[in-house]
Amino acid sequence: MEHDNYVLEMKNIGKLYSGNRVLKDVTLRLRPGEIHAVLGENGAGKSTLMNILFGMPVIHTTGGHEGEILIDGKVVAIDSPFESMKLGIGMVHQEFMLIPGFTITENIKINREITRPNIASRIFGPALKSLDMEAMDSDARKALDTIGLNIEEWTKIAGMPVGYMQFVEIAREIDKADMKIIVFDEPTAVLTESEADALLKAMKVIADSGIAILFITHRLDEVMTIADNITVLRDGELVRTLAKTETNAFQLAELMVGRKVEKIVQDSSSMTKSEIAVSIRGLKVLMPGENVRQVDLDVFAGEIIGIGGLGGQGKIGIANGIMGLYPAAGQVSIFGKPLALSDTKAAYEAGLAFVSEDRRGVGLLLDSSIEINIAFTAMQMRNSFLHRLGPFSQLAYGKIRKHALKKIADLDIRCTGPMQLTRRLSGGNQQKVCIARALALDPKILFVSEPTRGIDVGAKKIVLETLVKLNRELGMTIIMTSSELAELRSICQRIAIICGGRVEGILSPDASDVDFGLMMAGDYHKFRGKEVV
Amino acid sequence: MKKLLSSALASFGFARLIIVAFLIVLVIGAAVLGIPLGPLLSNALVRTGMNGIFVLAMLPTIISGIGPNFGLPLGILCGLVGGLLAIELDMRGFPAFFLAVTVGIPLSATVGAIYGWLLNKVKGSEMMVSTYVGFSFVSLMNIGWIIMPFASPEMVWPIGRGLRVTISLADRFASVLDQFWAFQIFGVVVPTGLLLAFSLMCVLMWLFVRSKAGMAMKAVGDSRQFALASGINVDKYRLLSAVLSTVLGAVGIVVFSQSFTFLQLYEAPMGMGFPAAAAILIGGATVRRANILNVILGVFLFQSLLVVSLPVINKVIMVGGVAEIARIIVSNGIILYALAQVSRGD
Repeated sequence: MEHDNYVLEMKNIGKLYSGNRVLKDVTLRLRPGEIHAVLGENGAGKSTLMNILFGMPVIHTTGGHEGEILIDGKVVAIDSPFESMKLGIGMVHQEFMLIPGFTITENIKINREITRPNIASRIFGPALKSLDMEAMDSDARKALDTIGLNIEEWTKIAGMPVGYMQFVEIAREIDKADMKIIVFDEPTAVLTESEADALLKAMKVIADSGIAILFITHRLDEVMTIADNITVLRDGELVRTLAKTETNAFQLAELMVGRKVEKIVQDSSSMTKSEIAVSIRGLKVLMPGENVRQVDLDVFAGEIIGIGGLGGQGKIGIANGIMGLYPAAGQVSIFGKPLALSDTKAAYEAGLAFVSEDRRGVGLLLDSSIEINIAFTAMQMRNSFLHRLGPFSQLAYGKIRKHALKKIADLDIRCTGPMQLTRRLSGGNQQKVCIARALALDPKILFVSEPTRGIDVGAKKIVLETLVKLNRELGMTIIMTSSELAELRSICQRIAIICGGRVEGILSPDASDVDFGLMMAGDYHKFRGKEVV
Repeated sequence: MKKLLSSALASFGFARLIIVAFLIVLVIGAAVLGIPLGPLLSNALVRTGMNGIFVLAMLPTIISGIGPNFGLPLGILCGLVGGLLAIELDMRGFPAFFLAVTVGIPLSATVGAIYGWLLNKVKGSEMMVSTYVGFSFVSLMNIGWIIMPFASPEMVWPIGRGLRVTISLADRFASVLDQFWAFQIFGVVVPTGLLLAFSLMCVLMWLFVRSKAGMAMKAVGDSRQFALASGINVDKYRLLSAVLSTVLGAVGIVVFSQSFTFLQLYEAPMGMGFPAAAAILIGGATVRRANILNVILGVFLFQSLLVVSLPVINKVIMVGGVAEIARIIVSNGIILYALAQVSRGD
């Protein structure tokens, strides 16, 4: 039987979250010493697969998973992270799980300390045993040497460069005895190029010692550098498992992205380049997790432009920065007039409006009614929906009600009435309320972030059609940020792909899957550039 | 039917149900023990009116997200200065009352602005900080009462410098509101002027909550993120709520004092924030949400409870001071209960 060759087999793994299928029939096999890359966009099912492997509570509290997991050919039931650790599965986290005030040794050995008995421990129990620092230091040294990190083991974590912390995480995993499989979850995301190179080398060393590595990433060049085999996931399904030798970056990019595109707008080419509505130069936005480093982009009046890219690359930060919700720097002008950044009021006065990606946190007053939500921003920024008498004002409930009823009908908001609290609405209807609130401002330019995240198919269609209608009938310029490439391609005339906080390139919605894939991975210029040379 | 009943019960609140039941038991007890109910109800009405504005002062800070204003003594101290000035200027009746209010408002607005600025610096621990700011200011004013250059022999210690601990308002503006249009019905004296004053403040607050600024303040309290994204200056509205609350504290103490017929200086203002916070919480508010109805219901329930429980407990247990101890246990217990609910919210 082939079984004996695999250290890990995940067979026909499937997972449903309250009726939503996020993983379907995924099979993954790993030999000792193999580096196996798992490639996919956000939401492709990579993290769910890893959560299953680690027995994370989120899997078991939602009804477990389908399929079986075999370690060394034996079926195992991994029902807690502790169990997975016992089976020899280790993880290098994307966010560092280190204690800043502790030394490297202490971090590596935490909860696995080497101890000696003493008088107190004999009386009061093993919790009081002395630490054998020498033995621990030498173990830590060995682990650090293995991965080639030349730093003293007694250095404290606090103040260390990020790259080193990553290595300490790895050292901790390989120091564990019986480690069979280590999962690297996008380990190079926060590293500089030279650090990333060193990390890849270290991974090779670890693999050569017989430990199997699962490498989760979306960087194609890294995959092509070190992976032996590659599994591509898309929309929770296994697209294909390939050996590196039989594929190339272009094919991987295509496999990662490719899907049917249903076009709502047919005549994207007919767009004539008109006046520039928004001109962005050197935009930097400090938004944790979505930093924008240097974005230059022109948006033409009357177009729907898409901003796409993978999560964490900064696409979300652009709209948030321009609207003044996060500290931003750079030059932005609206129809030629410079816009003050970090000033939300100024943004509204310039004719902008924003539908946030964080619907429940930023987009809605959850404990207020639909009608108040819709009217609120226009009331505050434009003094609409108010009876005014000198410095005093009172809400014009009649106007608010009338307007809300019209929007409820226009956008097909399913509710018990304009008085219903937005907390009780479904995601799709909440999104429609958010859009109605932005529209109450009569914006010239509308920023929409992740408009269809977490909403059902029917609502999705209405939301997208509404955007197209606004663009067509009112000539509204729409800047739509979305992680769903297919949706951008269905309504946008141009799509800017953001990678590493910069515009990697601008594509027409009809461009090939390969180009989209390469751009999203940030490898477009690397590979396309090479071809030209 | 059962479902409907339980949802009605849930919306009224379990805690309030217990308090209402307790109140009913006490009233029946009072009737059985032969305590006349007329004076009790009169008393409850007066205490509702005299404490109502303090409770109303909790509203702006709760809706702006600061939480119950435990720093209420700040406003109270400003109002007291107004009252003292009216006596110093040898004024009587309504003019004295209105002068006290007129002096108290700008003073408390200034203090409230500084207080609001401070609260903006300590977001997240406002309740703790405001409590101790209140305490500190009371202590500071203890020195103030000694060194302020008031000279009226009615207020100053006979030996020379410094204000007395309690100053009688009997010849000044005692009961000006209580007796205004007061009438008696079924043995119950209704303090019309006092209740009108409280109602007026409630109406003003109700109008404010329905204004543009009031809506913005509510949004700031409900969701800071949402308010920011709507271009609202969050700190400005938090500061405004602290000013409003402090001003209400100042007006509140003048109204309170005319019913109480004494100005109480030194340590007395220290504990006045707590019963007010307890009352609004009994009225169904949480430390994050409140409305005018919570204020009115809360102050009436809380004060009635105290008014009825004192004579009943005194009759049942013939030991001095038990009623006072019970009052403290009830009022602090309610605050404790309400604060324990905080983490469950959101």
